[in-house]
This record gives sequence, C-alpha cells and structure tokens, in this order.
Amino acid sequence: MTAWTDISGIKQRIAASSAEEVTASYLETIEKSRINGFTTVWDKALEVARGIDKDGNSGLLAGVPIAIKENISTTGLSTTCSSKILQGYVPPYDAHVIEKLKAAGAVILGKTNMDEFAMGTSTESSCYGPTLNPWDTGRVPGGSSGGSAAVVAAGEVPLSLGSDTGGSVRCPAAFCGVVGLKPTYGAVSRYGLISYANSLEQIGPMATTVTDIAILMDVIGGYDHRDSTSINRKNTYSDALKDDVKSLKIGVPEEYLGEGIDEAVEKAVWDAIGKYEDMGASWKKVSMPHTKYALASYYIIAMSEASSNLARFDGTRYGLRVEGDNWHIMASKTRAQGFGEEVKRRILLGTYALSAGYHDKYYLKALKVRTLVKQDFDRALSDVDVLMAPTMPTPAFKIGEKIDDPLSLYLTDVNTVPINLAGVPSISVPCGFADGMPVGLQIIGKPFDENTILRAAYSFEQNTDHHTKRPAEVA
Amino acid sequence: MITKEKVEHIGWLARIEIDEKEADTYAEKLNSVLDYFGQLDEVDTDGVEPTYHVMDVVNVFRKDEVRKSLPQEEVLANTEHRQEGNFKAPRIM
Repeated sequence: MTAWTDISGIKQRIAASSAEEVTASYLETIEKSRINGFTTVWDKALEVARGIDKDGNSGLLAGVPIAIKENISTTGLSTTCSSKILQGYVPPYDAHVIEKLKAAGAVILGKTNMDEFAMGTSTESSCYGPTLNPWDTGRVPGGSSGGSAAVVAAGEVPLSLGSDTGGSVRCPAAFCGVVGLKPTYGAVSRYGLISYANSLEQIGPMATTVTDIAILMDVIGGYDHRDSTSINRKNTYSDALKDDVKSLKIGVPEEYLGEGIDEAVEKAVWDAIGKYEDMGASWKKVSMPHTKYALASYYIIAMSEASSNLARFDGTRYGLRVEGDNWHIMASKTRAQGFGEEVKRRILLGTYALSAGYHDKYYLKALKVRTLVKQDFDRALSDVDVLMAPTMPTPAFKIGEKIDDPLSLYLTDVNTVPINLAGVPSISVPCGFADGMPVGLQIIGKPFDENTILRAAYSFEQNTDHHTKRPAEVA
Repeated sequence: MITKEKVEHIGWLARIEIDEKEADTYAEKLNSVLDYFGQLDEVDTDGVEPTYHVMDVVNVFRKDEVRKSLPQEEVLANTEHRQEGNFKAPRIM
C-alpha cells in the first residue's frame, strides 16, 4: 500500500529499498484503482526507475513518481487531451516541463484524465469516461485536471502536473482535498502544453503538501525561449517555506463570498481566516467591483482563443481523419466526429464572437472588461499582501448533475476565472469539509510573488491538520 | 440571437459539419450562453484599453540562426497519409 507520502518520505523509502521498488508499489496501487484517474500507464516507468538506481541521479526528484495531464506533450507517450480527435497521437518531443522533470530524476508513471481539451469543471467530458472523486465515487473530482488531482488524493502517485486556464488546477485540488498552484502567467513555460486559451493558461503542480508544491516549482519553473510569453526571472520557491505570517496583511474580497456560496464552504474559509488571525496575521474586507463580469469576459476570451488554437485539429497531420471529397469536407467531417459536444459549442461560440459584425460587441468588449478586472486586482493587492477566498463555491457535485446544462457548469468557475484574467498566482489548500467533502482555501498573490502565497499556505499547513485527512478507502 | 441558419454558417467557418437537426439544438444552447454574455453591455468601457495579454512583453527577437529541428520521419510518424516527405491531404478546391 502506498497511501499518501510526500517527497521526503519517498526519498527515505528509496534509500531503504530502491526507486524500482517504490515505482513498482505505486504501479500496483494504480492497477487496483477504481477511480479512472490514469488514461495511460507508461510501460517504461520501471525501466526509468531502474536507471535511477543504477546511475544514482542526485536531482531534486530522483526516483520520485509523478503523473502528467493528458494535454502535456511526452515523447513516446500518448497525449490526446482526452479527445477522440487525437486518438493515437504520440508526440515526437517533450514539453519544457517534462524535460525539466526528467533531468531532475522524476519517474513519470503515466498520463491522467481531463475534460476534453481542458474545457470543463468536472472531468466528465473525457472520451475515456469520467474520473471519480476518491472521497465519494458518486461525485466529480472537479476539472479540468480531475485525473491529476484524484490520483494524488487516492495515493496512486505523490505528485502530478495539471494545467489551469480558468481554475483547472485549483478546482480539482479543492474538490479532492489536495494542494494545487496556478503560477503567475509566464512563470512556467507552456512549450509542449497543447493550447486551449493561450493568454490565460499555465501548467501547475499538484501534491499533498505545500512543501512538495514548492519543490516541484523549483524544478519546472524558469525561462524557456520556446515560449514567447516566458518571463526571465529567477526564483527559489522552496525559500518560501517558513512558518511565519506575523505581519501578513490579508484581503478578503466581499464579492467572493455570500450569494451563491455554500454555507459550510463559507464557514470553513472564515475559520481558516480566523486561524490566520490567531497566528498573527491581520485581515480586512476589500472590494473588487468587476468580479461579477469576470465570468462572461473569461468565457468569451477563452472560447475565442480556443476557436483559433483548435483549428490545427483538421485530420491532416495527426489523429483522426474522416475521408471526404475535398479538404474542407474532410476537415469538417473529421472535426464533427472527433470533437465532443462541449468542445464544438465553445469553438462555435468563439468563431461567432470573432466574426465580422460581432467582434467588437463580444471579443473586444471582453478584453476591455478584462482590463477592469485586472485593475481590481492591482488596486486590492497594492494594499494587502494576499487575497483569500473559497476556491470553489460548493463542495464537489454529483456526477451527471450539471453536465447537460453548460451555463450551470460555467457558473461554478466564478471564484477561479478572475485570477487567470489578471494573470496572478493562486494556490488552493485544504481547509476543512462541507457535506463530508473537502473544501479549498484559495490564496491569491501579486504577480511573481508566489513565495508569499507559498509562505502563507505553508504556515497554515504547519498549524492545522486539514492536509492530513485522506479518503477512508486509501487511509 | 443566433438562428439555425447562422449556426450552419458558423459551422462552415469553423469547419465543423452540422446537420439540420443538430443546428436546432446548438441554436438553443448557444443562445442561452450568449444571453449571459450580454450582461457585459452594462459595463462602461469608454476609454478602457483592451488587455490581450497581462505581461509587458511585446516582441521577443532572436538571431535568425539555423537550429536543430525534429527529423522529418518523426514529424510524419503520426499519419499514414504521407508522400515523399510531405503530408498528403485531399484537394483543396
């Protein structure tokens, strides 16, 4: 049994046995899984672990297993975005983050399930079927990186990577009771991440502790010339791991609480803020008046960018091809059969929002509202060090509850999408339970000030036991 | 308000084949989302610049030097539709 262990625990086990044995025990756990979190288990994982044992890699993650979301390119290992249209696609190159992980000695166990093309909040739209929440298999794990969160929560792997376009790391982290970070836009290279909405998304780490998140950021963060939005800025994330919030100023945006927020979720978040006060931090309410419009702005921008980014899936170079008399018919048939319903809806809406006559009304308007949302963050964060709010308005909902009504599903992203519009960093940490399901506290910081939110999250973890709770089945 | 005909036209622009029955369903679901998007009309954005991007990066230049690229075989490995080192697709016209 491999239940919840952190990097330091795994390193001790490797020292006492071997990387091969540790990898084998995780593979055994995955074999018995009932949550459908992994889409592919890498058949070379044991070989890589044996190589680490033999060559004595001294990297930060030497011999430590990790799982990778289906939309991050891995040489020789299927990368499909959980879509029928990319069935059979095997990338000929590694994403920047994968190169970094391999150099640090990490052992990739396999790929994890997601909402098709990262468009969703529940991991139900995957062509591989839904991933189940290990806390209650009748509920969703959140999304779109639902597989990456669920396999960590279920003890099938200690670490994973997800991607966060509008909450896709933080939402499943909250729903599954693990830690997840969305870095500042530009902090982690997107090279090799299959684009959905490129001005909004970042690759982000998931783990059971804040310490492991910082270590993983030390490995995957940093400049990469192949991503033109990568920012050249050095940072040691693990320097942030100090139990000290004595002079920390917390802002609580009133628009992120109240109407639409589950009572038990709100209570867990206020209890957490009370705990920070006990630990010596101070807090005050702040106002971010354009929050209400962030959701519409986000969806218009995300769908518009998606309609352009997903144009490459046309049956010409990889994945599914449905034959037709000319190229246009071939592409139209391939895309009709290869994309799922939600992906098609978003491409159609994005195409509409960008089309002649509607561009100014929808796309340009959304970009202007984005400016106002960003100014809300600039203003609020000029006065406080961090913002705190519930990650998700409710605990994990039931499988099937929202999937047929796109708008009701979009509304669940209300507290996560503004962060992507502003490009600021945000971490979700476990802070209690509602209806027997984990609740996430979201801690939002200034651009490139990951270290302050990591320190705040680490201090909370050192003084509470929420992060030690685990699903009964994997305890 | 998106009509059924409009849905079929967008489908063509996006190269997604949509049959008549589907067009009805799409029109209904797309309109409910567009209604929601309409709330942005209330926001006063006079004189506000659009944010395409949150970072101050404008253009990133590099020297025009030949770099190593992927071998042609590997690039073509994901399709059986290839010929003489090229991707092979049906005629455009």
